[in-house]
Amino acid sequence: MAAKILPYLLGGISVGGQYALIAIGYTMVYGILRLINFAHGDIFTVAGFIMVYAAATMPLYVTIPLVIILTILLGVLVEKVAYKPLRTAPRMSVMISAIGMSYLLQNSMWYLTGGLAKQYPTLPWISDKITVAGYTTSRVTIITPILTIVLVVALVALIQKTKIGMAMRAASRDFETAQLMGIKINNVISFTFVVGSGLAAIGSMLYFSNYATVTPTVGAMPGLKAFVAAVFGGIGSIPGAVIGGFIIGICESFIKGTGATTFSDAFTFALLIVILAVKPTGLFGENLTEKV
Amino acid sequence: MKKNNKTKIVSAVLIVALLAVLLLLDNTKGVPSMLLTVLRKGAIYALVAVSMNLLNGFTGLFSLGQAGFMLLGAYTYAALTIPVESQTSIYQQYPGGGVGFSITEGLTNAMGGFGLLLGVVICLILAGIVAALLAYVIGLPVLRLKSDYLAIATLGFAEILRAVVQYAKLGPVTNGSNLLYGFTSFDDFKIGSLKLSTVMPFVFSGLCIAVVVLLINSTYGRAFKAIRDDEVAAEAMGINLAKHKRMSFVISSFFAGISGALLAMYQASVQAVTFKAAMTYEILLIVVIGGIGSISGSVIASFLFVGCSEWWLRFLDNEKTLKNFNAKLIFAIIFGLIVAGIAVAIFFKQKKNGKLGANVPCIGTAIVALAAIGWDIWFVISPNLKLPLLRSGFRMVVFSVIIMVVVLFFRKGLLGDQELPDVLHRFGAWLQSRFGKSAKGGDAK
Repeated sequence: MAAKILPYLLGGISVGGQYALIAIGYTMVYGILRLINFAHGDIFTVAGFIMVYAAATMPLYVTIPLVIILTILLGVLVEKVAYKPLRTAPRMSVMISAIGMSYLLQNSMWYLTGGLAKQYPTLPWISDKITVAGYTTSRVTIITPILTIVLVVALVALIQKTKIGMAMRAASRDFETAQLMGIKINNVISFTFVVGSGLAAIGSMLYFSNYATVTPTVGAMPGLKAFVAAVFGGIGSIPGAVIGGFIIGICESFIKGTGATTFSDAFTFALLIVILAVKPTGLFGENLTEKV
Repeated sequence: MKKNNKTKIVSAVLIVALLAVLLLLDNTKGVPSMLLTVLRKGAIYALVAVSMNLLNGFTGLFSLGQAGFMLLGAYTYAALTIPVESQTSIYQQYPGGGVGFSITEGLTNAMGGFGLLLGVVICLILAGIVAALLAYVIGLPVLRLKSDYLAIATLGFAEILRAVVQYAKLGPVTNGSNLLYGFTSFDDFKIGSLKLSTVMPFVFSGLCIAVVVLLINSTYGRAFKAIRDDEVAAEAMGINLAKHKRMSFVISSFFAGISGALLAMYQASVQAVTFKAAMTYEILLIVVIGGIGSISGSVIASFLFVGCSEWWLRFLDNEKTLKNFNAKLIFAIIFGLIVAGIAVAIFFKQKKNGKLGANVPCIGTAIVALAAIGWDIWFVISPNLKLPLLRSGFRMVVFSVIIMVVVLFFRKGLLGDQELPDVLHRFGAWLQSRFGKSAKGGDAK
C-alpha cells in the first residue's frame, strides 16, 4: 500500500512546492495592492522560455542567474507599465489591466516563439534519476520541497527582520497610513514584484524540469492554481500560501492517481469555492474589517 | 409624446433598413466572406458582451464565468437539435448516446419552415434556462463574495463546468471531449432560395439585447445601478441586495447561455476546449473597450473587436516584401508621420497637464520616437525591401497592445457609461451651438 501511495505523494509534494513558489508572488502582491496579478502565471512561462533560449547558447552557471534577473526585470516592468499608472483607479480597472497584460504577454510569447512547444533543457544534477524507497524519480522531486522551504524561511526572515520587510508589512496593513509614515510605497511595491518574480523564475525551473515542454499558454493553469493555493492559505500570508500549495499539489496528484485526470483542475476550483464559502479569510488569513 | 413617436418611427426604419442590407449581403455574390464572418460573430459577441455588462457594468458584480454559461447553452442547444439519424455516427464513442430526439427536426417535419424557427427558439430558450438554473445554484454561495473573490470563484466555476462536460459518464449527452456537430445552424434558415445566415444572428441577438435594455430601464435596472453605485445606500433605500444580485446574475447567465447556443449555431460545431477562461477575458475586454455600463458601447466594441481580430489586422500576419524603392519610400514616410504624430500628441498632452519637461514619460517618448524614426531612415537607405516583424502572430501582439493602450489611457472606453443616442444628441447640440443654424443633425428641443 505504502509503495503505491509513495509515488503520488512524492509527485504531489513536488508539484505543491512549485505551486507554493508561484503562490508567494500572488499572495504578496495581493497583500499590498489588493490585486490579483493575472500576469503572474505568464511571467512564470516567460521565465521558462528565457531558459529555453538562454540554455541553447550559454553555459548553465550563466543562464540560471540570467533567467532570474530577466524575469525580475519583466515583473517590475509589468508593474511599472500596467499597474502603477492605475494606482488611484478602482480595483476593477487594475484587474482588467492585469488581464490585458496577461493577454499581451501570451500573444507576444506566441509571436516570438512561433507558437510551438519548446523542449525545456535538461538541467544536470537536478534532472538526474534517483531511487527513493524502491521508486525511481528525478532528483527535482526531492529538491523542490526542500528548496521551497529554505526559500520561504529566508523570505519570512526578510519580512520579519529587515527594514524593507517592515515597510512591506506596514504597507499591507494600511497602504495610505504607511505612505504618511514616510514609507516610499513605490519602492516597496517594486520590491514585492522583485521577490515574487524571482520566486516564480525558480519555480519555473523546477516545474518545467518535470514537464519538459514550454508553450505560451502553459502558465495559465498553474498560475490559477497557485492563486487558489494563496486564497486557501489565507491571502497575504506567506506560510499560508506555501501550505496551500502543498495541499493542492498533493490532492491533485492523488486525484490523477485515481484516473480522474479531467477532475484534477475542477477539484482545485471546487476547493476554492468551498473555502470561500466556509472561511473566506483562508487558513491563516487575518480577519480584516472592511470599512464603509 | 410627439418626439417619442418620431424616435420610434426612426428606429423602426433603421432596423428594417439594417435587416434589408443584411439580407442583401447574404444573397449577393462577391461579398467578402470575412465581412459576413465579422457581422455574424460580432452580433453574437455583442449579446454576450451585453450580458456581461449587465452584471459587471450595471450591477457592479465582477464575474468571470461567462464562458462557462456559454458552454452550457451551446451544449444544451446542440444536444437537443442533432438530427436523430446522425446521432449514432456523432456519438460513436458512446454507443446508444444522444438524446434520441431532435426538437428542430421534429417540428420541421411537422410544420415546415415555421417549425424550424419555433424549434430553434424553443431550444435557444432552453439553453438560456439551463444556464440560468445553474447560475441560480452557483449564485447561492458565490454571490456573497466581493469583487475579486467573486471574479475568481466564477472563473473557477466555469473551469469546473468545462471539466464536468468532458466527463466520460456524461458522454452519452455531451460526447465527452469530442465534437458535437450536424445540428441546426444558421445556414438552415432559408426563405425559398434566400439565405438568412447573417440576418438570423442579428434577429436573435437584437431581440435579446432589446430585452436587456428594457430591463435596465425598468425599476429592477434602477435597483441594479443603485447597488453598483453604493451597496449600503441601496440597502438603506430598501433594495433587497441578495435578491437583486441573484436576479442580475441569473438573467445575465440566461443571455450568456443563449449567446453560447448562437455561437454553436454559427460555428456549426461545439467542443468544450474552446470555452476557456481566455474567452471570458476577450468578452471582458470588449466590455471595457465599449465602456463599462454602456449597452451600445458593448455592441459597437464587439464588432470592432471581432473585426480587428478576424479581419482588419489580418495583414499583419503575412510576410510582405515591398515591390520597389518608391513603395518603400511611401511606407517609410507614412510610418515616420505616424510616429511623429503620436509623439507630438503625447507631448501636447503632457504640456496641457503642465508636465512637459525632463521626466520619465517625456524622455521615454522622445527616445522611442527618435529610435523609430532612426530605424525608419535606416530602412530607406538599406537595400532591404522586406517589411520586418510581419509574420504569424504579430496581429495578436498589435491587437493586445491596442487593448492595453485603451485600458491604460482611455479607461472609460468608447462611450463611458453613456448610450449612443445620448452621445449623438449631445454631439448634435454641440455642433449647433458651435456653428449656429447651419449645422445639420442638431436636436435642441
